[in-house]
Amino acid sequence: MTTRVGVVLFPGSNCELDAMEAVSSLGGDAVVLWHGEATVQGVDAVIVPGGFAHGDYLRPGAIARFSPVMAAVQAFAEEGGPVVGICNGFQVLTEAGLLPGALQKNAGLKFLCTTVDLRVETTRSALTAGAEVGQILRVPINHFEGNYTCDADTLALLQAEDRIVLRYLDNPNGSVDDIAGICNAAGNVVGLMPHPERAISELLGSVDGTVLLRSLLDAPSRV
Amino acid sequence: MVAARPTLWESGRMMFSVHVEVRLRPGIADPAGATIERSLPHLGFEGISGVQVGKSIRFSLEAADEASARVEVEDMCRRFLTNPVIEDAVVAVEALEGSPA
Repeated sequence: MTTRVGVVLFPGSNCELDAMEAVSSLGGDAVVLWHGEATVQGVDAVIVPGGFAHGDYLRPGAIARFSPVMAAVQAFAEEGGPVVGICNGFQVLTEAGLLPGALQKNAGLKFLCTTVDLRVETTRSALTAGAEVGQILRVPINHFEGNYTCDADTLALLQAEDRIVLRYLDNPNGSVDDIAGICNAAGNVVGLMPHPERAISELLGSVDGTVLLRSLLDAPSRV
Repeated sequence: MVAARPTLWESGRMMFSVHVEVRLRPGIADPAGATIERSLPHLGFEGISGVQVGKSIRFSLEAADEASARVEVEDMCRRFLTNPVIEDAVVAVEALEGSPA
């Protein structure tokens, strides 16, 4: 069965076409979920893509939380549906309370646009179930506010519950504990700053995002 | 025909001027502040440290009294105007002239 993946489109999203192309190239069926409609249209998985949802006004993700679609995404996540927030999508998921912590501005003052090495830390998330722990992936990053932070109790909980999904090998932005991506307690909601949808072809310099997105496409059949 | 809204005087409510200063919590990266601090000496300003850049949000609020206005603004700060993981708010509430006391 073909997995239908809904890609949320906010005003100011700019990675939705990349995400949809990546899903299609891996054999999935990608549909747009317009932010103003309070439904996920019966899809099997949801991607909240990168960009500047609602212009990042106030804070990245702060306004997106109020878009009608987010109530539907929250309900979908609570039922165990796989949800992945990429870059700005990660910021949206933290602001919406679907993931703990926050993304502060990069340490070192710079907007970062480069490719980094990531280490897969767990296979208990919807995004890494098909990968191997310790696997190294080269994936692009493209952010100014990607420096993950949380209080000490939350960090201890993330570590104890095996919820740190990906770590940077060479921390580019100051993230606590080298965190590049985390998941919720159930593992079905994942947020990460790197862009796996931009690493699905040798033409793009890496195919290492494929194992992540394929895990997402396979996630509904694992539930 | 829409019924006329009761005036503040009739409703017994007051109008407040609210100023919310959103500040990054200690230890949170402030690249704008750091960049300003490094730039000032180029114009000859010496001895400057601790530059912090935040946000200033101002609005008017109708409420029964100053205490309830403050409670409402603090709720706004916690749920929307700040992200408590990385930001603090300093709230100032002042009754506007012309409001019934």
